[in-house]
Amino acid sequence: MRCVCIVNIDREDDMKQDEQIRKALARRAFIRSGALGLGAAALGRSALAAEMIKLPLPGGPDERRIITDYPGKGPMILQRTRPPLMETPFSVFDKGVFTPVDQFFVRWHWADIPTSIDPKTFQVHLTGHVNKELSFTAADLMRKFKHVELAAVNQCSGNSRGLFQPRVAGGQWDNGAMGNAMWRGVRLKDVLEAAGVKAGAVQVQFEGAERPVLPTAPNLKKSLSVDHALDGEVMIAWAMNGQQLPLDNGFPFRLIVPGWYSTYWTKMLQHIRVLDHEDTNFWMHPAYTIPDNWPKANMTPGEKDVKMVPINKMVPRSFVTNFAANAKVPAGRPELVRGIAFGGDTGVKMVELSTNGGKTWMPTQLGKDYGKFSFRQWTTHVKLDKGDQTLMVRCTNSDGLQQPMTPNWNPGGFMRNVVESTSVMAV
Amino acid sequence: MKSVSRFKRPARRTQWIVAGAAAVALVTSMGVAQALTLHAESITRPESVQVFPGDSVGAKATNSYCLMCHSAGMVLNQPLLKEDAWLGEVSKMRNAFKAPIPEDQVPIIAKYLYSIHGSKKGADTGAGS
Repeated sequence: MRCVCIVNIDREDDMKQDEQIRKALARRAFIRSGALGLGAAALGRSALAAEMIKLPLPGGPDERRIITDYPGKGPMILQRTRPPLMETPFSVFDKGVFTPVDQFFVRWHWADIPTSIDPKTFQVHLTGHVNKELSFTAADLMRKFKHVELAAVNQCSGNSRGLFQPRVAGGQWDNGAMGNAMWRGVRLKDVLEAAGVKAGAVQVQFEGAERPVLPTAPNLKKSLSVDHALDGEVMIAWAMNGQQLPLDNGFPFRLIVPGWYSTYWTKMLQHIRVLDHEDTNFWMHPAYTIPDNWPKANMTPGEKDVKMVPINKMVPRSFVTNFAANAKVPAGRPELVRGIAFGGDTGVKMVELSTNGGKTWMPTQLGKDYGKFSFRQWTTHVKLDKGDQTLMVRCTNSDGLQQPMTPNWNPGGFMRNVVESTSVMAV
Repeated sequence: MKSVSRFKRPARRTQWIVAGAAAVALVTSMGVAQALTLHAESITRPESVQVFPGDSVGAKATNSYCLMCHSAGMVLNQPLLKEDAWLGEVSKMRNAFKAPIPEDQVPIIAKYLYSIHGSKKGADTGAGS
């Protein structure tokens, strides 16, 4: 049975404890690598200059600016200024399972985005195939409905698109178009039931406050099935990690669709429309569609007549976070390796590490479980022989779905979840 | 409301305000325990000043029709594309995203983008969205 995980009161203590463990681990790793004079290599992807970063995008262009003066944000990889596309520098994911709000990735489709919002007057309008049309401010939602909290990964459909080969057009993300937060808000189910969904409802459509510059262009609208919208997991959230959402992450409230890609997590949620028909708008089809063979989302470049369906549930992924590509690692003694994993639309069952190209896999220890939709930290120790080594990490989710060894391909650059490899040099 | 009702006489106006402030504080502290009090947000997002280089017909058309919706970095951060792929991208901007590019300008823009950011061996997809 699916239910929203309502976090206990001791969550903050747990988070503090988690933070302390993280700091201790980070300190230990830093001292070790620092003692070898390798500190800089272990801290992040190779920096060309103070404000540039080189991403591993095959064939380039691979240099991006690290923007440090974006209002309300810490250092971010600038993928596009207008409308903003900003990626989380990957070293941030080593800090813990909750992504800092000020380094959470930003992705807008259209350039006409509100620059100022008063939560007292901003409303979400619930209309369509319902008994009673309703409107709510943030305060209305807070007052009228039970509050719930849920840790969930928000990942762009095109996260890692820049790693596709052959390359595809679109936002050229490395792996940082994702983040995990503790979301607080209300169940969409409760809100829909207050309006009363009529028999015959098919889908529920969501639209935020962003608008195209050209009025003839299609507004971003995304839809979920009525059953999904009423499953008690989908939320309208006004807080992440205990803070109000930044404007660029959807202030004053956004949709949270646990286990599904961000394209459905409508920011600045302004309209909820209960539809008595299937949504056929551009943003449901052909945009954001994948070959109809989930969990693969795979086809051959140039393949014709492939049936495409709207992207939906996420698939498992895992990453090494404490070593950047080509980091130097001491050889011949057990070294800490750690990272993050997530199960996609369900929890993490196990994370394994291979140092021999996937011939054999060793288990890792999983960190604290913040619920099935959250990042989960994993740790292990490996003893490497001197020379170039490759660390491969593989997540298996609670449904038994395992990351594949070969990458998928589709023209949208969606749903990459191949087993990732991190090259290191053992010295 | 309760605390306010204790002070009925207008003569005690000062205490009214004090009591009122206390009542607000109480509500706020309860609010913190239950939910966040949201504060208005505003932002001035940085603008890009980057333009497509040159003063050719292609450069002019690209600067005229592409930058109204997105900054130049979006284009220049793409992988190098084949000429047909650029044609596909520009057509998509016109047809799907309704960029007001006159039909005869589409190949001119595609040719220009290929000249500054293309390769015969480049990617040939034009279907990303």
